[in-house]
Amino acid sequence: MLELKDVSKRFGGLAAVDSVSLVLQEGRIGALIGPNGAGKTTCFGLMSGFIRPDQGQVVFCGRDITGWPAHQVSREGLVRTFQIVQPFTGQSVLENIAVGAQRRRSRGAAIAFAAEVAARVGLGEELAKPAESLPIAGRKRLELARALAAEPRLLLLDEVLAGLNPAEIAEVVPLIESIRAGGTTVLMIEHVMQAVMSLADEVWVLAHGSLIAAGTPEAVTRDPAVIEAYLGPGAAARLAQPT
Amino acid sequence: MHTPAPIGRTPAAADAPPAVVHLLGGTRRSIRLLGLIGMALACAPLVVRSEFHLTFMTLALYSTLLGSAWNILGGFGGQYSFGHAVFFGLGAYTGAILQVHAGLPAWTGLLAGSAIGGAAGAALGAISFRYGLRGSYFALVTLAMAEVFRIIANSVPFTGAGVGMMIELRSGPADLQFESRQGYYYFALALALVALAVSSWVRHSRFGAALAAVRDNEDAARALGIDATRIKVAATALSGSLMAAGGVFYLQYFHYIDPMLVFGPAVSVEALLGPIVGGLGTVLGPLIGAFALALVSQVATQALGQAPALSMALYGVILIVMVTFLPRGLGRLRLRRGRHA
Repeated sequence: MLELKDVSKRFGGLAAVDSVSLVLQEGRIGALIGPNGAGKTTCFGLMSGFIRPDQGQVVFCGRDITGWPAHQVSREGLVRTFQIVQPFTGQSVLENIAVGAQRRRSRGAAIAFAAEVAARVGLGEELAKPAESLPIAGRKRLELARALAAEPRLLLLDEVLAGLNPAEIAEVVPLIESIRAGGTTVLMIEHVMQAVMSLADEVWVLAHGSLIAAGTPEAVTRDPAVIEAYLGPGAAARLAQPT
Repeated sequence: MHTPAPIGRTPAAADAPPAVVHLLGGTRRSIRLLGLIGMALACAPLVVRSEFHLTFMTLALYSTLLGSAWNILGGFGGQYSFGHAVFFGLGAYTGAILQVHAGLPAWTGLLAGSAIGGAAGAALGAISFRYGLRGSYFALVTLAMAEVFRIIANSVPFTGAGVGMMIELRSGPADLQFESRQGYYYFALALALVALAVSSWVRHSRFGAALAAVRDNEDAARALGIDATRIKVAATALSGSLMAAGGVFYLQYFHYIDPMLVFGPAVSVEALLGPIVGGLGTVLGPLIGAFALALVSQVATQALGQAPALSMALYGVILIVMVTFLPRGLGRLRLRRGRHA
């Protein structure tokens, strides 16, 4: 479905993403994890056309989309959300979602479909409210709903669980599972490990712009390189010692 | 609520949430309201017999046209132009050149002027937005563009240079010149209603939703598949085309243009002031703003006499007051109060 081939992006002297290669199969949920500043969001930017790679290729559904403008990547079926939620301020929840829905629909049909999507993500009661009046959990749902309304083939979720309390996370996790069940492939950036462990089929770990591990969630979380990336050098050894 | 859902359309039936029904009904409500306003304004000359008052209303409707044109790009699109005179002047000069040099009837000037205004809008939009100009940078480019055209019109022979151009006095609807005040009133009304109808379409269409999305968050719009540059270029073209029609009206009404009159900053200011006073990004804002401003400047002229540049100074004060105290315009006054109550 999605393949990165040796993709790199430098900002000045900093290698934000350093020759990353990965393959995400259709119908799976992948997770991109790593400490803050590892280059995860930059990776999403490179995949979705918001950032042009300096080197390497992005292949989506067999097509080389490297360097395509963001709107064209989105029309191809690869839709991202933003870590810092980006509502259309001043517009209602319904209007926000309808923008996502109108790619292949008339305005009227888009509005009706937007209401269905809103109900699905649990925003059915908030349709008329201004987007900016929603609490953070609601805005995260709105971000998700808008992307879903565009009916993506691959959905890139950038920390949709961040800032939610455990009860809210417990509501959104099954929602993501149902999105996959509906035929959409999902790639998520996530710090909430409980969600990564329960949702992801495959995990990639980034640190300082490079992939340091890949595999099932269980394998990756036991990987000494991953533990050290999060907790510092020598941490893996200390954890392994019997106390 | 009880109107049956049109066949083949999305059912806005009783089971749809109220917010959906409300949003779907926006177009119909807007058409109905514009129809009522149009009818009332069309009947106005039956009641308003004095030439003075009819002239006042004619100029307010002409100002509504300019404001609506500007509002499509500035209000619905969030791209503030300080140089809409460039389109206005192109329309006016196109009309004048076709009549004076080619001997064509005035209505061809109206069509060609609007077309050229639209093309100029597309070109200006393409140059500015391709390179990511926004905010004050876009405003400065438009301002400079109007000045460039003013200087060109002042220099080349076929515009009559600094002397300006005068069109022949001929009256008849095909020449878009009228002996009676009513004739000009209905001409202005027709143009204003076209501009308001276009605004209403923008407000409720897919195009308008995409334009508003780009205005409110360009990155989010792009992530949802909206070609932000193309949408803004299209809005500039639409806006430029209506603004140019305003230029043709000016020509037909005053019969005389010169570079300062039609490419000068006063025109640009008149275009942006109405919507800001009346309500940015609303269909009726430019209409409310135009009539409010016409009233204020009339009262000021009567109180203070015809002082030079009085209206510009006054407009400056109004602009500051509006932006400070009523940034959403007169049209939202009722709404705001409702929310605070």
